[in-house]
Amino acid sequence: MLKTFKLGGVHPAENKLSASKAIEKLALPKSVFIPVAQHIGAPAQALVKKGDQVKVGQLLAKSGGFVSANIHSSVSGTVKKVDLAMDSSGYPKQGILIDVAGDEWEEGIDTSSTLIEKFEADSKKIIDKINAAGIVGLGGATFPTHVKLMPPQGMKAEMLLINGVECEPYLTSDHRVMLEKAPELLVGIRILMCALEVKKAYIGIENNKQDAIAHLKELTKADQSIQIVPLKVKYPQGGEKQLIKAVTGREVPSGALPIAVGAVVNNVGTALAVYEAVQKNKPLIERVVTITGKSVANPSNFLVRVGTPVQQLIDAAGGLPDDAGKIISGGPMMGKAIANTDIPVTKGTSGILIMQDKEAKREKVKTCIRCTRCVTVCPMGLEPYYLMTVSEKQIWENAEDHHIMDCIECGSCSYTCPADRPLLDYIRLGKGKVGNIIRSRKQ
Amino acid sequence: MSETIIYTMIALSAIGILAAVILYFVAQKFKVYEDPRIDEVETALPGANCGGCGFAGCRAFAEACVKENNLADLFCPVGGNDCMTDVASVLGLEAVKQDPRVAVVRCNGSCEHRPKTNQYDGALSCAAAAALYSGDTGCQYGCLGHGDCAVSCDFDALHMNHETGLPEVVDDKCVACGACVEACPKTLFELRKRGPKDRKIFVSCRNEDKGGVAKKSCEVACIGCSKCFKVCPFDAIIMNNNLAFIDSDKCKLCRKCVIECPTNAIIEVGFPPRKIKTDLPPKPAVKKEAPATPEVKASEETKTDNSDQK
Repeated sequence: MLKTFKLGGVHPAENKLSASKAIEKLALPKSVFIPVAQHIGAPAQALVKKGDQVKVGQLLAKSGGFVSANIHSSVSGTVKKVDLAMDSSGYPKQGILIDVAGDEWEEGIDTSSTLIEKFEADSKKIIDKINAAGIVGLGGATFPTHVKLMPPQGMKAEMLLINGVECEPYLTSDHRVMLEKAPELLVGIRILMCALEVKKAYIGIENNKQDAIAHLKELTKADQSIQIVPLKVKYPQGGEKQLIKAVTGREVPSGALPIAVGAVVNNVGTALAVYEAVQKNKPLIERVVTITGKSVANPSNFLVRVGTPVQQLIDAAGGLPDDAGKIISGGPMMGKAIANTDIPVTKGTSGILIMQDKEAKREKVKTCIRCTRCVTVCPMGLEPYYLMTVSEKQIWENAEDHHIMDCIECGSCSYTCPADRPLLDYIRLGKGKVGNIIRSRKQ
Repeated sequence: MSETIIYTMIALSAIGILAAVILYFVAQKFKVYEDPRIDEVETALPGANCGGCGFAGCRAFAEACVKENNLADLFCPVGGNDCMTDVASVLGLEAVKQDPRVAVVRCNGSCEHRPKTNQYDGALSCAAAAALYSGDTGCQYGCLGHGDCAVSCDFDALHMNHETGLPEVVDDKCVACGACVEACPKTLFELRKRGPKDRKIFVSCRNEDKGGVAKKSCEVACIGCSKCFKVCPFDAIIMNNNLAFIDSDKCKLCRKCVIECPTNAIIEVGFPPRKIKTDLPPKPAVKKEAPATPEVKASEETKTDNSDQK
């Protein structure tokens, strides 16, 4: 019997179209736009100005606080301007536009592919290096990694969980990383274990990635400290709290962080980035992005420089299909539709999904038939139908009482609703409002 | 038999009298004094409980009126000056007169003027859409068209026009309670002074983009050219962030700015048809000349300089 989390969950069609496609390097773009806010927390402060020459890996913007991350140049060339440009929200955001010239790397960055296994076992030095490299959670939430590695006073991490679940349909970037970069990944995990001073690491992988499970099991045969945990396929198992529940059986209390149960969760992509930062001095300037969709000519996994326009990815995968209905940054469950293709790939872009018109279209909203399917599937044990109603009616105190802030926005409720009600749309709105209220109360 | 009835009656009467005495003393002990004027003031108020005064309802407003002893900062927009005079007479205070106001929609980007660049099919609520992204047109400041304002209006004074996709205010019904101002995530509503005969002139745009960008996304956007600012004889126009704003307290409704505006972003309502003067071209002619882009760009630059100096 495979492990999984108990409460709720759904199983959408997997559609992992690009699972067998090896990671390819995407050609350098002509120009990149690198936003200064690619992470949760304070935006970084730009250090360059118009006309500056930059190299690959050069620091462009300095972390704007403790919960923030450095931003490095992903290309070499000239800074065209430091200005506002459209991001995926459609609102202009501050960023750095660079015209690409050549591919000249900053000195000290090891661009070779040799595996370096030995590392200096000094927790502080490792965390400093991770901080300097601007590493954030690559699973999509983009939470600065160095913050995760420094548990608050009085709390101690007991184990490291590596998230190789990739429960979102269509996406395959983590799967490919586990297959192609496994030795590097394992070194990255050992570095993270050393930084956290823990003795045990678990890699949670869903059972639909048999090859990755077998491959990693083979490589960790001699190492008792890293354990591979195959998990039953169920969405949203990649959610931090669900993964902890599935692997360890512990439940993170409402409003608390995973560290409260002694766990720290990192994505496989993040572990690889940690390896590259610590062993190769390479900051986070590129990531694996899946470009996929049923009508896409050539669904692929690309290694993409941060700041590359989404349009270039689409072109590389065979262009925009005629029946494209929606372009989604991320997966179909939690991703966000984007309004134009000029927006850049950022540290949090795990995939670009082009949905067909017919599958993307949302049905007409009907009245709630009280079937409670949303309650059954909610992995956080909430009552989505109720939270939607109170959010719609703007009764924020009731929303707060019913733990709207515990919602992980996985979208299982909207996915399962037979009346096609926009449950998550309203819950997300309510969550934002209630969050603001709570913050203003604390001040 | 009769004895039983008599004893019962005596016993019950005794309990009743005892309870009455206890209740009397308890009532005296825990008596809450409420100023009788609160009730009187409340009767004078419209009883709409709309919250337009800034209080939770008419009762809360009445309590505030009695407590404050000064009506300078208190005003019921629904009842208006008449109502406040009544309140003042109850309290023996001086009512502070305020000009009656009316809500205006500061976006004229109908489907025809502001082409859609993408389609939104999420929850039909402006708040939900605004939290998600900038909107389905190129203009991030404009109306989203899902009608949160119409839902918020308790006075049936706001309706969505499905042809233009924009809300429309029924001036006669609007009481300037400000519910729409709160409801609109793009802050498109403004409570403006009611002019004579319900006439009004206002900049129907909130676009703070530079002229070229604004014009590209919407034909009737304010491009911040400052032409109206220069022509206004009453200093009623304020230029800020590439956007003109007409101060309704200073505006004398002379309509000079309306003619001057190259994009027809300034709207006049309730005026009789304009007499065509010889030295000024009629309004439609101005509209045709407008798309001469070099002129627009030049004026935009001068505008930017102006705003910098400010």
